[in-house]
Amino acid sequence: MTIRIKIAELQKFKLKSIINRKVLLLLFTLFSFNLFAEHDINSDSTTTENKHENKFDAGTFIMHHIADAHQIHFFTLNEGKENEKHFSIYLPIIIKDQNGINVYSSSNFYHHSHTIEINGKHQHYYSYNNYVMFDEKIYKAEGDKGLMLDGAGKILNQSVLDLSPTKSIIGILITIILLLLMFGSAAVKYKKNPLKAPTGLQAWLEPMVLFIRDEVAIPSIGKDKADRFVPFLLTTFFFIWLANLLGLIPFIGGFNVMGTIGVTLVLATVVFIITNINGKSHYWTHILWPPGVPFPIKLILVPIEIISIFMKPMVLMIRLTANITAGHIIILAFTCLVFIFGQQSAGAGYGAGIGSVLFMVFMYFIELLVTFLQAYVFTLLTAMYFGSAIEEPHHH
Amino acid sequence: MLSAGLGTIIWTSIAFLTVLFLLGKMAWKPMLKSLKEREDFITNSIKSAESANNQLSQLKAENEKLLAEARMEREKILKEARETGEDILSKARKASVEEEQRILAKAKQEIENEKAAAIAELKSQVVSLSIDMAEKLLKREFESKENQVKLVEENLKSATLN
Repeated sequence: MTIRIKIAELQKFKLKSIINRKVLLLLFTLFSFNLFAEHDINSDSTTTENKHENKFDAGTFIMHHIADAHQIHFFTLNEGKENEKHFSIYLPIIIKDQNGINVYSSSNFYHHSHTIEINGKHQHYYSYNNYVMFDEKIYKAEGDKGLMLDGAGKILNQSVLDLSPTKSIIGILITIILLLLMFGSAAVKYKKNPLKAPTGLQAWLEPMVLFIRDEVAIPSIGKDKADRFVPFLLTTFFFIWLANLLGLIPFIGGFNVMGTIGVTLVLATVVFIITNINGKSHYWTHILWPPGVPFPIKLILVPIEIISIFMKPMVLMIRLTANITAGHIIILAFTCLVFIFGQQSAGAGYGAGIGSVLFMVFMYFIELLVTFLQAYVFTLLTAMYFGSAIEEPHHH
Repeated sequence: MLSAGLGTIIWTSIAFLTVLFLLGKMAWKPMLKSLKEREDFITNSIKSAESANNQLSQLKAENEKLLAEARMEREKILKEARETGEDILSKARKASVEEEQRILAKAKQEIENEKAAAIAELKSQVVSLSIDMAEKLLKREFESKENQVKLVEENLKSATLN
């Protein structure tokens, strides 16, 4: 979970006392950890100019932390001072445009910061070479004009195809490696002695594998046909669950894999494809020409059914993304609460800090449940869609 | 935040399909296969245990039946033996009594015979003795003429001649 806080933003508050600042730093070192190489920031003069004008904006802060990024940011030291240091892993940026494919380190971008006023708000954007990056999206820069906006704050720069492995992609890779290690080692034991009772990791994984097979796949699809779909359901379930759990681990940069819509879009698309290529005649007749329904109602029903084919995976996608993102937002919101109160007075900051930490602990437990629940719900609904697709006509 | 970048979609697709393929081949296939094997094994084990149990109880019942039969047989044999013994004993007793009686009867018979023989002997001896004595008497009596005449006279006297 994204409890890490970019201290750059913390420093923007006018903190009343040194003590207060120290306490807050301590609070945040709880959620961040010094792991990686530091870089000095080559801030543009415009950045420092505006620093003191900025008030803490919880909305921007939260959105920034749940969004996908081109870096894995741990924390920043010596916020706003000359020797400010960022502790981050800078991921490669791969851009494809008419000039071909360009590969850069994202540190080039993050170290060329600019500030621009959009609709009366000061916002950061980054630039490197012939490109600008705003809100983690990369555009082509025209000469040295930087980010160009029209009167309504719409970006005029031409966007480029960004093929970068972002933070969420790294999260996926970590998830995949963990999955392969866990299930690979468990599978070896199954191969060695299939008739023995499970031990170790195998004993931990087996009940869940059986749960998906016996409580999700078989009741939804049917005993004789479930076997074909069980591997997909298992992969989906453990992939989502593990990625969600990865997002709950503090200090590692706050992954929000399933809260990235592109990721859930892929999952939902695969579900959509599998459901419809397995659709039997019974499934399609019920959509395209529902039996036993008067003709005028068919006219209404058929379009609804056709929309529902697309609606079902879309709902899967949105539910998962929204739930996981919401969990991250809640915890971040409690974090922000501390700073909002801290801006008023040191005492208020302390009070809010204690309350917030208690609430965050509570939320962590809820989130632990939600990680499982969302993976389960996604898998269960997927199994039900598969089940409805391959359903045989039953005679009443 | 809610816009899906093409890069994310491409990377995720590659990653997810790869993991789907790899886990399918590496993990799910052997896992599900051996889970099924184990389930079948357990089901079969329980089944065979049940049948073994059944067989055992059947055997036990059979054993008990056999035992009961054996017990009955023993009783029967014992009873028969006792009966046979008694029979033999009574037969023997009867036979001995009969034998005794037969011997006794024989002895009696022999005694009778001996007695009769003895009596006959005695009789004949008495007869011969009497005859001898009579002879001797007669010899002596009829040595004189007068005795002879006397006898004849006496006999004549006693005989009534009509």
